[in-house]
This record gives sequence, C-alpha cells and structure tokens, in this order.
Amino acid sequence: MIASRDQRPETARPMIECNEIQKYYGDYHALRGIDLVIREGEFFSLLGPSGCGKTTLLRTIAGFEGISSGAVLIDGKHMENVPANSRPTNMVFQSYAIFPHLTVAQNVAFGLRRDPRGKSEKAALVEEALAMVGLRGYGGRAAHALSGGQRQRVALARALILKPKVLLLDEPLSALDRKMREQMQVELIKLQRQVGITFVLVTHDQEEALVMSDRIAVMFDGEIAQLDEPETLYARPKDRRVADFIGVMNFLPAQITREADGIVSVDVPGLGPVELPESQVSRANPDDSGPVLGFRPETMTLLTPGQSSQHARETDVVIDEVVYYGDMTYYDLRLEDTQHTVRISMRNVFGRDVQSVGTKARVAWSPGSLVLFR
Amino acid sequence: MSGRSNGLRSYALLYLLFLYAPILLLPLFAFNSGTIIAFPLQGFTTDWFTQMWGNPTLRRALSNSLIIAVSASVMATCLGVFAARASTRFTFPGKGGIMGFIMLPMVLPEIIVAMSLLVVLLGLGVELSILTVILGHTLICMPYGIAILSTAFSSLDRSLEEAAYDLGETKWGAFRLITLPLVMPGIISSLLISFTISLDEFIIAFFLAGTEPTLPTYIFSQLRFPKQIPSIMALGTVLVALSILLLGIGEYFRRRGIARMGGKNGGGFL
Repeated sequence: MIASRDQRPETARPMIECNEIQKYYGDYHALRGIDLVIREGEFFSLLGPSGCGKTTLLRTIAGFEGISSGAVLIDGKHMENVPANSRPTNMVFQSYAIFPHLTVAQNVAFGLRRDPRGKSEKAALVEEALAMVGLRGYGGRAAHALSGGQRQRVALARALILKPKVLLLDEPLSALDRKMREQMQVELIKLQRQVGITFVLVTHDQEEALVMSDRIAVMFDGEIAQLDEPETLYARPKDRRVADFIGVMNFLPAQITREADGIVSVDVPGLGPVELPESQVSRANPDDSGPVLGFRPETMTLLTPGQSSQHARETDVVIDEVVYYGDMTYYDLRLEDTQHTVRISMRNVFGRDVQSVGTKARVAWSPGSLVLFR
Repeated sequence: MSGRSNGLRSYALLYLLFLYAPILLLPLFAFNSGTIIAFPLQGFTTDWFTQMWGNPTLRRALSNSLIIAVSASVMATCLGVFAARASTRFTFPGKGGIMGFIMLPMVLPEIIVAMSLLVVLLGLGVELSILTVILGHTLICMPYGIAILSTAFSSLDRSLEEAAYDLGETKWGAFRLITLPLVMPGIISSLLISFTISLDEFIIAFFLAGTEPTLPTYIFSQLRFPKQIPSIMALGTVLVALSILLLGIGEYFRRRGIARMGGKNGGGFL
C-alpha cells in the first residue's frame, strides 16, 4: 500500500453527484436508488461482485446507459440530455478497446480529430501523453503488436489527452497478470496524483480497491451497502456482506446477554464474555439465525509457551492446520472446548518459528478488534 | 504407412482432376482452330476470341450481366451490413424470426423464388428488364452476404465503437472510422461472393430478364448452334481467367486486412 495516501479535505467540491438513480432493464431492477457524491480529485472505487450494478453505474455516468429515474450531475451540470461524446468524462474499457488498425499515435490522437489545433501541436500533445504513461517513442508502432500492459497504457494516454474532468476505469487491470497488475496499481495512483483528475474505478477485486482508492463504495444487488475510506471499510464493515466481501473474516456465533448504556454484552463460546460499544456493532445478514461475532485473522496473535502479550485477553487453542505462504503463515485454530475453528495469520518475522499441527497453544486478542453483527 | 498415404494422395489427385479437367478443356478448345469440340486438336487460333468480341448480342449479354452482378452485389452487401450489424449488436423482439426470414432465400429452391417474383412483378405491372433481375439477385445474394458479414461483425469488440464515441466522435463517425475499416475484409468477401453468384445465375435471370440477355441465358440459347460453341468456349475461358483474377484480388485485400490487425489467417479463398 502507498503509505502516504492523500488526505483530502471533506469539503472538496463535488465532481459527480448521483441522485436517487433507478435503472431498470425490462423487469430487472439494476440500480436501486443510488445516492452518491464523488469529490473533485478523488480516486473513487465502485466495488462489488459481478452483477451488483457497478459497471452499469459507471456506464450511466459515462452516458452509455440511460437511467429510469433520478439524476446525474457532473461538475454541477445536469447530464440528462448530454450524450456520452459530449460529457467531460473519458473511459478506459475493460478490453482497452485499442483500435487495432491504427498506430499507437493515431490511437492516442483519436480524440483530437475535432480539435482545431495544428498538426505539430497535436503531435506534441500525443508525445506528451505517451511520455506520461511511460511509452515515449512508441507512437509509430502498430497497436495490435502491443502487450497487455502496453495496451492499458495506450488506453490511458488516449483518454487523458482530452483532459477530462473525470476518468472512468472499467476493471482496467483484470486482464493483466498478477505482477503486472500490482505494478500498474502503483502507476495508476501516481498518475492520478500527477494529473489531479477525478478517477472512478470499477473493480471486483477488493484488494485492488483497498490499495488504490481514497474512498470505496461497496455495492450489492444494485445498492450501495457502504461508502467509506478503505481503513474504515476494512475495520468497521457496516454489515456482514461487506465484511465477507472485503478481506477474510472469522465468524463465531454469539449470544447477547445484556444491553445497557450503549454497551452490548455478549457471550461467545470459546472466547468467553465480551463487552462491545455500539460503534462495534453492525448489521447481520437477513438469513443469519442469530448474532455473529467477527474478527480479522491478523487481530489475534499466536503465543508460544511462556510468551506473554499486551493484549487484554488470551484463549487456549489447538492448531488444526498450518498453511505456509513464505512471508505469512496461516493457522486454523480450534478454540478449546468447542468445535469452532478460526483462521489467524502471523507474519514470519525473524526469530518466530512456524508451529506444527496438533500443538496446544494460546492466542492473545483485544475486544477492540471485534465486530458484532446482529 | 506410406502405402496408405500414397493411396490417399492419388485419390486426392483424381478428385482434383475430376473437378478441374473440364475447366481445363475450355481454354484448350478456345484456342483450337477446329469447329468441332473433339480431339485430336487441329491448330492454334485466336479467331474465336475475335468472333466472340465481334458478336453484338454477346457483348450486350456480357455488359448486362456485369451491370446486374455489380448492382446486386453492392445492394446485397449494403443491406447485409445493416442486417449483420443489427443482429450482432442489438436484441429486439422477434429477432430470431426476422433473421430466419431474411436468410430463407438461401434454402428456398431458386425456381420457386423466380416464379413467385415473376407473378408478383407481373401482377404489379412492372416491366421486366435487367432492373427486375437486379432485384431478384439482391434477394438471393443477401443471405450469403449476411452470413459472411455476421462473422465479421460478431468478432468485433463492442467497446471499440463505444470508445470512439466516448472520445468525441459522432455515432456515424465511430462506425465509419472504426467499425467499417475493421469489417472491410468481410465486406469485400461479401461483394465477391455476391458478384460470383449473380454472374452465373440462370433461373432468375431467365424468368425476370424479359427480352434482355444475360451471359448464362445467352450461352444456353447458343448451345443449339454448334457453330457458336467455339466462341462460347472462348467466352468461358475469359470468365475463368476473370474469376481467378477477382478471387486473387479479394484474397490479397483480405490478407492485408488481417496482417494490419495482427490476426491469424483463418482460411479464405486461396
């Protein structure tokens, strides 16, 4: 993760406003009342599983899809009667949509066709745009001869040369291999900082969204389930669907024993009684049979015999399974006196041995990292 | 192993001989000075070509056929572009039925098409001319054009046109600048196929041309006169040469199109 994520003021000017957007395809209700403000200069992500409406929402912002009711405003202007070719947005398509019969330079210059500027001026702009995405000198190449990563860069240059107010990116990294994807994530963040344009990214990859975004809207079934900064989204998911979708979370059945003064007391088999403030209470899924307690794998620490920790609580466990990842080891632990298994992760730092299956051990944890879904 | 492949090889050779030997006989007799189409060959002559060119009815038939074939292939291809684009890009109610209806002439016996067209045209009081033949040929060529063009359109990424539109082009501009060049190989193939189908089509031309001769109807009418046969051989020779030339040109453009887009060559005419 880029450590110094820009802290943008809450008061930044709104760039995109979606008001109560409804979208039907025949009987299918694709967008169910989307209310959303994306701020100027923000790196914003729409995250969700396939079919959740994130791409549809992006395409309504771009102007490729009409809306059944509601309004889209870009930079304060109503977009109702503005077609896609006149909106101040440009799009990077999932397939990149590089024109295969043109050269790289012709691709990048495509949006300048109706620009009255002279030939040499345009050529300079193209060269500048190519340099910006690290493709200086590639102008004469045939577009079809490029690699996936290079196509991606051409698509970026082609969209950014028009200096749009908003750049829309539809799953731009999904076609790249892992190494290339991670490299492009960092480059996209840098590029966004450099040009200062509002980026709206659609992705189903939660890791990608966490790495790149200033704010993320998680969507399910045509609705926004939660809109927050990555840290909040990860640590305080508003409901269990979001918690499930973002990262890994352990869930244990819980029983509410008392509720008073904004404190919920629960009893969790294996962990014992816990008291949680309202800020750590979220919504459960409709089909959950009762309250559920959740925590992230990295919030518990495996203690070797004789070791102690600053954490408030300790629990006896048996190691059921060990999954070694090089930098990390995942342990599946059975909580003592229960059949419940939880997964925790430990960084393989110097001096810490990987434990073996069947070992009795203890985990240390704090109630502050728990979330109750009810 | 080698015995079997030898057997297959001679089978393939015989097969090709059966297909092309009759066509090879055309130029052989076209340059033969004897008036009877039989071996042994007499001497070498180009008289039949001169005679052919000097025959005004034949020249009229040739020009009629060319006009019909060019018009019908252009019309069939234009309509085919619309139909193929609509069927690959959009969903609309009754799409399957409509497309099936358009493709129907491909499987209908031509004599039925010709007869029903004749009845309708006469009923409407339309005078038979090469125009009516053009209409009939457009009808039967269109399904072939659509079949070829649908493949070209369906292999096209939808977002290409959207990208052009997003970059400020009009819808028509996006089609003209992006889609059209990319489906051009398909358009050329469709033109060629339609041209070839129309050029040698007999039944519709026979029914709908009225008194105007086309090449196939003219050749058929001349077969009764043995004297004419050598010059028809000469005509056939010219047509074969022209077909080969045309297919060669078409294939050249097709391959150039594929090479330009970096695609793999997936078959073709030659």
